[in-house]
Amino acid sequence: MEPASHGLRESATFDRATIHAIQRAAETGIYDIRGWGAKREVPHFDDLLFLGASMSRYPLEGYRERCDTDVVLGTRNAKYPLHLKTPVTIAGMSFGALSAQAKEALGRGASEAGTSTTTGDGGMTPEERGQSKHLVYQYLPSRYGMNPDDLRKADAIEVVLGQGAKPGGGGMLLGQKITERVAAMRTLPLGIDQRSACRHPDWTGPDDLEIKIRELREITDWEKPVYVKIGATRTYYDVKLAVQAGADVVVLDGMQGGTAATQEVFIEHVGIPTLAALPQAVQALQELGVHRQVQLIVSGGIRGGADLAKAMALGADAVAIGTAALVALGDNHPKYDAEYRELGSAAGYYDDYQDGRDPAGISTQDPSLSARLDPVEGGRRLANFIRVMTMEAQTIARACGKAHLTHLEPEDLVALTIEAAAMARVPLAGTNWVPGAGL
Amino acid sequence: MAALTTTVVDLSQQSVRDLNSSLHQASPGTSWQVAHPGGAHNLAVGLTAGLDVVIDGPTGYYCAGMNQRATVTVHGNVGTGVAENMMSGTVRVRGNASQSAGATAHGGLLVIEGDAAARCGISMKGVDIVVGGDVGHMSAFMGQAGRLVVCGDAGDALGDSLYEARLYVQGKVKSLGADCVEKEMRDEHLAELTELLKAADRDDDPAAFRRYGSARALYHFKVDNSASY
Repeated sequence: MEPASHGLRESATFDRATIHAIQRAAETGIYDIRGWGAKREVPHFDDLLFLGASMSRYPLEGYRERCDTDVVLGTRNAKYPLHLKTPVTIAGMSFGALSAQAKEALGRGASEAGTSTTTGDGGMTPEERGQSKHLVYQYLPSRYGMNPDDLRKADAIEVVLGQGAKPGGGGMLLGQKITERVAAMRTLPLGIDQRSACRHPDWTGPDDLEIKIRELREITDWEKPVYVKIGATRTYYDVKLAVQAGADVVVLDGMQGGTAATQEVFIEHVGIPTLAALPQAVQALQELGVHRQVQLIVSGGIRGGADLAKAMALGADAVAIGTAALVALGDNHPKYDAEYRELGSAAGYYDDYQDGRDPAGISTQDPSLSARLDPVEGGRRLANFIRVMTMEAQTIARACGKAHLTHLEPEDLVALTIEAAAMARVPLAGTNWVPGAGL
Repeated sequence: MAALTTTVVDLSQQSVRDLNSSLHQASPGTSWQVAHPGGAHNLAVGLTAGLDVVIDGPTGYYCAGMNQRATVTVHGNVGTGVAENMMSGTVRVRGNASQSAGATAHGGLLVIEGDAAARCGISMKGVDIVVGGDVGHMSAFMGQAGRLVVCGDAGDALGDSLYEARLYVQGKVKSLGADCVEKEMRDEHLAELTELLKAADRDDDPAAFRRYGSARALYHFKVDNSASY
């Protein structure tokens, strides 16, 4: 029986997912922990459209006129900035959360596409370093696996203050994924439920951060760019403070950004959408006179070339992909649907990255599952995806008459909703109205 | 064999960059003296060779941070995060240390002859720390491995959320943190404590210390423990 056809009406407030959550909490007595990012609907890049060329704008010929995509990150202080062929980078994801094969595949795909990949909470693996032409080394509150030799092997350093999925929260890795290798890398007992610190152990506040960044520069002889990653919350102020602390690159992660394991309530209720945060970051950089000198990488729900182009039009220098990269590797692929269903999920819904039973061999430490992911094939798929994203963005940029992706600008955009117009600070489509402008 | 000559870097004349750059290029076995440190931050950080570095005066944050193999001695007080993330070698502070001394350090020996402030040994991952005086609150917070020896008193919440680090305290402990308990001092613990005190040039009686460690009750998420976190 289809309930609606019999006049039954589902509550908008107590919908089926909410009822299930209450029942689950009542039965288990513990909050839900899951992976992925925010699933609730929030204003996003889908709510923006480009104004293509017209009488007053000249488009570029596709396939004949150049539209460049290269980006240089870390030009402010580092002796060796990163030169990337595409502004699509791979976000930080840990070995531990992901299998060694997945980390290797990310490195292979990024290198093939000419971009960077990033370590995570748990240190650098030889597989990842070996397969990554440009590797960003995350410096996290837990300092798991933090080794100065690895710091010197990295191409850039990313000081992580927060993550879009859980700004204000520390990492989490449940016992089923703390295998012998993961435990040894993190100096933890085998099989425990790991709870990472949410604050750095040896600095608090932006004044301390400035000293910490200088320490990292001194240790690496001022060779490497230093990024500062923040979860999107008080973005305008955080970006200003990060720049004043000496960041070469600011990484801004919106609430749609993924996680390997976090409380559901945290994922869905803390932080602000990427679309709301990005213009705040750009405003902060512009007011400090360092927009494009301190580069801005934006992540959190970046899914394709349109998102890339829109982020860049709003002032980003590059984007980072995490969830989309995993999907490119094979996460949530329909061929695993039967196995997802055995786990109580389904292809397209699977978010239990925390439990280590991923049929796609990505968010697992089980050797038999992780062996399913061929790093070479995974890398090829990821490289394909990054290339498609880049070409899609070029398509849009050419249509807007831009010879480089960074030439895209807010003037090229309009919004479909009042909320998106207010957040992105572009006009509502068909009007000259920018809600909130001048306030 | 002891080095025949000592190179002096005078920070009233040279920069922190000059100092660290020189130390990064120095040959193992060489001796260095840092004059007029003036509380500067980031002195002697990221050393990789077996150098002997003596700093004649107080330092700021992160002195000897991420040290590998070198022996660094500070004749003065040190700021936040001395020897943070040290991997090996020895760092000796003749004075007091500010907070987060030896934070996240993986190896080596850190000796603080005076007192250490809050969060001494926070997230320690294998380092040995010997403090001649007292330590502040939340010391050894989330300590994963290594040994912390406190010859004086410990402040509030010692060893909160401790993993496998072992703590020895001679004086009073104001309070223990979540999941940290007193444990029996067996012969093997007396033996390792004796070795640690000897390495730190201390003559305290090992038998006067008490041992603390993790109860391991919070290693797995359980509803019943929710009030303990």
